[in-house]
Amino acid sequence: MINLKINHIPVSVPEGSTILEAARLAHVEIPTLCYLKDVSCVGSCRMCLVEATGARGLVAACVYPVSEGMEVLTNTEKCRKSRQMSLELMLSKHKKECLACERAGNCELQRLSIEYNCDPNYFEGEPLTHEIDYSAPYVVRDRDKCINCNRCVAACKKQSVGAIGPIGRGYNVHIGSAFEMSLMESVCVGCGQCIVACPVGALKERTTVDEVWSAIADPEKKVVFFTAPSVRATLGEAFGMPVGTNVEGKMVAAIRRLGDVEVFNMDITADLTILEEANELIARIKEGGTMPMFTSCCPAWVKFVEQKHPELIPNLSTCKSPQEMFGGLLKTYYCEKNGIDPEKLYVVSVIPCTAKKYECHRPEMNGEVDAAITTRELARMIKTAGITFASLPEEKFDDPFATCSGGGTIFGATGGVMEAALRVAAKTLDGEFEVVDFPEVRGTAPIKEATYSVAGITVRVAVASGLGNAEEVIRAIESGEKQYDFVEIMACPGGCVNGGGQPTLPDSMRNTLDLRSLRAEALYTSDRENALRLSSDSPVVRTIYEEYFEAPNSHKAHEVLHTSYKADKRI
Amino acid sequence: MEQEANCKACETLGTPEQEAQLKALIEESKSTPGCLMHILQEAQGIYGYLPMQVQKTIAEGLGISLSEVYGVVTFYSQFSLTPKGKHKISVCLGTACYVKGSDKILAEVEKELGIKCGECTEDGLFSIDSCRCVGACGLAPVMTIGEEVYGKLTPDKVKGILDSYVNAEKAATAQDEEESK
Repeated sequence: MINLKINHIPVSVPEGSTILEAARLAHVEIPTLCYLKDVSCVGSCRMCLVEATGARGLVAACVYPVSEGMEVLTNTEKCRKSRQMSLELMLSKHKKECLACERAGNCELQRLSIEYNCDPNYFEGEPLTHEIDYSAPYVVRDRDKCINCNRCVAACKKQSVGAIGPIGRGYNVHIGSAFEMSLMESVCVGCGQCIVACPVGALKERTTVDEVWSAIADPEKKVVFFTAPSVRATLGEAFGMPVGTNVEGKMVAAIRRLGDVEVFNMDITADLTILEEANELIARIKEGGTMPMFTSCCPAWVKFVEQKHPELIPNLSTCKSPQEMFGGLLKTYYCEKNGIDPEKLYVVSVIPCTAKKYECHRPEMNGEVDAAITTRELARMIKTAGITFASLPEEKFDDPFATCSGGGTIFGATGGVMEAALRVAAKTLDGEFEVVDFPEVRGTAPIKEATYSVAGITVRVAVASGLGNAEEVIRAIESGEKQYDFVEIMACPGGCVNGGGQPTLPDSMRNTLDLRSLRAEALYTSDRENALRLSSDSPVVRTIYEEYFEAPNSHKAHEVLHTSYKADKRI
Repeated sequence: MEQEANCKACETLGTPEQEAQLKALIEESKSTPGCLMHILQEAQGIYGYLPMQVQKTIAEGLGISLSEVYGVVTFYSQFSLTPKGKHKISVCLGTACYVKGSDKILAEVEKELGIKCGECTEDGLFSIDSCRCVGACGLAPVMTIGEEVYGKLTPDKVKGILDSYVNAEKAATAQDEEESK
């Protein structure tokens, strides 16, 4: 252990720790901008500069290692002046439209500028005239709000996508895609991890909130919402509730108060996905289909395969994602059953994801989902409507799409799709099989592996979240190092609970809490408390098959619930 | 001829020889850590500049993203995204030349050729760049064309110098035609 003092407070930390880590133990906060736990640590923003004995000049606490007997001072005149000037230099190149910026009040630059009493116009920069990149239906990039902290670049590189990077040098350096391509032309897959990494308002989702409000106001339209499994585990954060609070009941009540709308549970089509996918897997195993089979419920992962690994397209399950299954189900089964003209039905999905905004525009999806809004956008709508979220009663989803199984709910966390599929596959293969918990595939480890034997069939599975980890799984498969039968991939680290459309929390929380585990636990608790654990036990899903699709993977099910992919190789 | 190949390289990897050279270069260097700079330098030697297809091939060969390659290319002024002319003009904007008015020399070259610094003329004959010191401060202001150094320049000398290259080119073309007849 290394002994040192931070602002005269003695602390002992393991060798190799940084000053920033030591300061945290001494309960001293050092400001940071470019630092983001698990994502970025490069010491470039100069906000964390401190005085340390034995060092020449100020040092960056996030990267500077501690040494025995070191004395660190974090709040001297020299430190404060340096930070203030760094901030004022950033502000000289920052589009200061804070009045209507959606990150106002939740912006790290704004918070520090207030704390350090900055003059936003102390330095006069060049006029900011860059066009905002609206090319993609998922992410909007405003270069003139960017402070070049490179957190988005680190997040994108960690995803092994690398759509953006620093371009140029000196004052002209900026973040962008190679050859100044727009995001839509680049290798971006739309996962939105750059958005949740951004400390300011330079990156945000392409909002469709206005379209949704117009549809609600249109007397000709019938508007239905459905919410993805993980939204209930995070929406409360946007209203100041602790991370990991399950707000399912209040969420339903809030959406119902947005207007004359119905609120359905997307966990239903998660259950439906499982029945289709588990049966597809069994068929592939028995009939010698292309193996391993990869899950296809994550649209960023699907786009990643189409662009970077088109050779794996035959390995992708043909199942649509739960969002698109719901869209298809609503515009066929639901409309037919209730005598509604599909043209007049306006379908809104609430998702933790930005890539799903792109997915609903894919031509093969026939516009079955009219708008996909993120957890953040839903929170804004609730605020606009003047609904006091915390005081809402707990309400239930609307029939006929209310009751789901626990298997559908855990879809929102890494390993959840795999576990739900294993539950159904095992039961299908062996009617006596009673185990419903598969702890091997749970948790936030980058890659999880397990082997199960049911009814004489051995199934080797792998689960990876974060596209960088997916890339490692692909490498292991393609090199012959590993053999699997079924692989679950979620593009975002930790799965949908940590999606690119989830509430952006302040660095003070992001750098200290394990968001992925806390949010996932809300879903696993809900699963444990659900009397129905298997997707095949859901009465809603049974009714849908009885009344419409007959059986999983039937001809009609293929028409509505399955899709195809096409190669779009990009470098 | 070289220029024609360069233009095709925007879409392809140039001539079969250039493509083979680039691929061999990547293959022999890719296992060396930090080889990107070396590969870019050599690739610029092969093509005269670093077009998109060349950068894509390097990115794919090294298993890194195109944005990472492009970031390095745009960081170092030595790398070029545009083809260079047969005669590469470089106007020194270093301290000594600058105080002696080399900015006016650059402006005059730009005006004469109708292109901006960093660009190449349509006929591929000239390209203009600026540099920081060629080690001939005693001759300030200085510009170089290829390996030739021109010192103690004034704006009115620029046209004559450029004309001498154009005339030499015309004479060479005429001689070629004569010989082919």
